[in-house]
Amino acid sequence: MSKKDKVFTVKVRRDFCKGCGLCIEFCKKEVLGTSAKLNRMGYNPAEPVKPEACIGCMMCTQVCPDLAIEVYSG
Amino acid sequence: MELINNWPKYYKKDVVTHYCPGCGHGIVHRIIAELLEEMDLGKQAYLVCPAGCAVLAYHYFDFDVIESAHGRGTAIATGAKRAKPELFVISYQGDGDLSAIGTAETIHSANRGENISVVFINNAVYGMTGGQMAPTSILGQSTTTSPDGRNPEVDGYPLHITDVVANFPGVAYAERVTVASPAAIKKTKKAIRNAFQTQVDGLGYSIVEVLSPCPTNWKMTPVQSCKWIEEEMVKEYKPGLLTDKREERRKDRAC
Repeated sequence: MSKKDKVFTVKVRRDFCKGCGLCIEFCKKEVLGTSAKLNRMGYNPAEPVKPEACIGCMMCTQVCPDLAIEVYSG
Repeated sequence: MELINNWPKYYKKDVVTHYCPGCGHGIVHRIIAELLEEMDLGKQAYLVCPAGCAVLAYHYFDFDVIESAHGRGTAIATGAKRAKPELFVISYQGDGDLSAIGTAETIHSANRGENISVVFINNAVYGMTGGQMAPTSILGQSTTTSPDGRNPEVDGYPLHITDVVANFPGVAYAERVTVASPAAIKKTKKAIRNAFQTQVDGLGYSIVEVLSPCPTNWKMTPVQSCKWIEEEMVKEYKPGLLTDKREERRKDRAC
């Protein structure tokens, strides 16, 4: 299976995200957006708004200072 | 479903750091933990924490960490490395720590060519104490102690400490990088890997300066602060390789 056919799923660990928005800024496919609900720390965390558009480039995990993003393949 | 980005082995599981949203420390912490895992150095790693925002870094790393007095990171690292040369010693310092109160220790440890690696986080303010002007603040930068911008007639000029130590013969590797974009973060990881490898090969002092955002004290959003690094800060502190004497050292050793 080539990389093109792979399906990637991005998940944000809500209670680890501080809502800095770097992942939202650097995601070229606009997969991520801001959640309307507050998390345990009182931040508006990021959440996948277009999960099907994820290409697994891992830019979001590179820029996340809090290791709050998990990317799954398959 | 298979997780691609596994949690780094030497980063404590499920901790939420005390850093502000968008702080560069978290990114550099992750890079260090990943590199120690990739280079298989975690068992002998020994990190010296600074006074500053990263003072609580020992809560986040899962290997040996010691806390240093303010600015004395490289002095403690020197002692550790000399007493136990098998340790892999990293000094993690901020700009208030390394280039203000610890200037003497930094300069002399670099001049002695101690076989340690220094990770220098430069965010151009004293972050922990509330955003006062640091020696590394750039000209015109507004901080709580320079509300009208840094004026060279009163406050002097930004201190390029990495450029200073790069001129010393004892320094084998010095590079300046940023964490303002995913591409820059990849370069940062490569630079820190080179610095770590310099110590593993026993070639001498290695330092990596990381230009890192401080959105809270710069009074910007995290995204704006990344842009500010790329537009303003890199004009003063040009990223790139400052010195690389590793090949010379290898030849000297071979003779």
